[in-house]
Amino acid sequence: MPRKKIDLPYQVEYLSILDEKGELDEKLDPNISDEYLLKLHRAMLLGRTFDARLLNLQRQGRIGTFAPITGQEASQLGAVSALRPSDWFVPSFRETAAELWRGRTMESVILAFGGFSEGAKSEEKLNNLPVAVPVASQVLHAVGIGWAIKYRQKDDVVMTFFGDGGTSEGDFHEGMNFAAVYQVPVIFVCQNNQWAISVPRSKQTHSKTLAQKALAYDMPGIQVDGNDVLAVYVAATEAVERARSGGGPTMIECVTYRMMMHTTADDPKRYRTEEEVEAWKKRDPLPRFQKYLKDKNLLTEENINGLEQEIKDEIQTAVENAEEQMKAGGDPLDMFEHAYAELPPNLIAQREELKQELAAMKEESNG
Amino acid sequence: MAKMTMVQALNLALKQEMEKDESVIVLGEDVGLDGGVFRVTDGLIDQFGDQRSLDTPLAESGIVGMSIGMAVYGLRPVCEIQFSGFSYLNFHQIESHAARLRWRSQGQLHVPMVLRTPYGGGVRALEHHSESREVFYAHIPGLKMVIPSGPRNARALLVSAIRDPDPVIFFEGKAIYRAFREEVPEEEETMSIGKSQVITKGKDITMISYGAMMRPTLEAAVELEQKDGIEAEVIDLLSISPLDDQLFIQSVNKTGRAMVIHEAPRSFGPGAEIVSRIMEKAFYFLEAPISRVTGFDVTIPLFSREMAYLPGVQRIVSAARKTLST
Repeated sequence: MPRKKIDLPYQVEYLSILDEKGELDEKLDPNISDEYLLKLHRAMLLGRTFDARLLNLQRQGRIGTFAPITGQEASQLGAVSALRPSDWFVPSFRETAAELWRGRTMESVILAFGGFSEGAKSEEKLNNLPVAVPVASQVLHAVGIGWAIKYRQKDDVVMTFFGDGGTSEGDFHEGMNFAAVYQVPVIFVCQNNQWAISVPRSKQTHSKTLAQKALAYDMPGIQVDGNDVLAVYVAATEAVERARSGGGPTMIECVTYRMMMHTTADDPKRYRTEEEVEAWKKRDPLPRFQKYLKDKNLLTEENINGLEQEIKDEIQTAVENAEEQMKAGGDPLDMFEHAYAELPPNLIAQREELKQELAAMKEESNG
Repeated sequence: MAKMTMVQALNLALKQEMEKDESVIVLGEDVGLDGGVFRVTDGLIDQFGDQRSLDTPLAESGIVGMSIGMAVYGLRPVCEIQFSGFSYLNFHQIESHAARLRWRSQGQLHVPMVLRTPYGGGVRALEHHSESREVFYAHIPGLKMVIPSGPRNARALLVSAIRDPDPVIFFEGKAIYRAFREEVPEEEETMSIGKSQVITKGKDITMISYGAMMRPTLEAAVELEQKDGIEAEVIDLLSISPLDDQLFIQSVNKTGRAMVIHEAPRSFGPGAEIVSRIMEKAFYFLEAPISRVTGFDVTIPLFSREMAYLPGVQRIVSAARKTLST
């Protein structure tokens, strides 16, 4: 036969459990424990509230540019909550809520956005990579970690995050291909928030879904309602279990929305309509999850108000601690720290040069 | 003549070249509807349509590789890489192909493209948004590397870059995008690529710089004159490659003292080449060691410390005094 259809054994599945009105598909209810549901809710509320406070700090000039996450709480927390602490987390730059879940402190986030490299420090050893700004570059690191886990015969897994824009980068495709070739335990989470700065999802790729990119690499790909924390959690848990048991990588496309600007340096009014934003507000991940929890008698409006206050107080403490450190000002000489394991002679000399310059400047301003 | 920022002047250059020549195509991330994240391509999509102000998917290598193909076919692509810190993804397309196709095809093909990209620190940006890596490109044979220092020369140099038959890397200092305005004539202006300029005449010391560092350099020269009575001759390189050494060699022959100011790290930086040229061509005129006031050989720190990293007026003034006291 000269021409026939090749029968490929896969298709792209779409998963939604809790719809935008908060209606539950009971057959698909993952029956997560009450305690874990409340923990997830608190993390989502923290992500949202912290984001608002960061925006406020940025507008007052107290921190620099940052990338808001509002609207993407379910997408990142539903995914990352399927990991255990010994698993690895490889973020891009719009996963602040997931970073907090993975143990990063709010102080460190504020310090980093305030222009202090101290924001990267962590008291405990966490299996998290720092934020990666060059789009999709981190995807390959996740694959390398996954390969090493397999080599060492551990049962940990790696979860990496990127956006719809990231799927256009070569690094993303190379990462997906390597992961499938080596069958490494990596979960690729695409937060499809519909916008790469001003470029809409429809102009980013001609594909109908992003999840189908996985098919080219013979990897399971699933699209989920990224504003449904239950659906994201279920898809991530399945992917994590498959990876942990030697079943190889998975790609999850979370369909969500960037409610805010790309970063605080951006003005989305230039390229998208208010109607579109309003339409997505109706699909907000937080109210629907709160309705679900209320229906389960796990949460009341009073609980929410109390929790909000508690979270605001925690944030306030973090802001005060971070600002105290920022006010004290970092020693400029610290720019030479961590350049190498051991500072080479030319850098020792340059450090001394800067030290003398700073001393001379201080003298001049005093004199 | 209108007073313009560098952003507006660059926009004028693009607009006028696109009006004159329909083969000029602007492409990159967010250059269409958004008008570029710094607004350099603002309004081009309205005047020329989305085929000539082309929003691309998010892929730096894709943008540059495609520009090479467009240029080979006879178009004049002017691509934008949003920040030079992300240009490493397209580096192999530049080094392996843009810079070599003329040679590889023995003159049958050429790549008349421009890669515009913001560089440099001083704007309180996130990581990867502040570095100054012009030497990566200046080191590649077959490329031209241009760095304007203000609105008027930015406009004229961009026009020349677009018309140049070879690939031109065009670095735009973020710190001077909107820092000051200059008169920019409506009528066409070009400037020769590979030619430097004497900005202020002087007899005591030659100060060589370019791009965003011209501001602190000129301020330092004023301070030296006012406080020390020193007359500095300040030279704006404008092009890093080809490097015009004629003016600064002539100047050093006269002053006998020289310093180079750049925000790129010191080791193997542009200053190393400039100093070598002086040693080769003006050695017997030198009366003091040449000094380099530069960024340090570390990753540029996050913004709370970046001003200590970047050469500032005080650092330049004290280096000049040291050179003069030798």
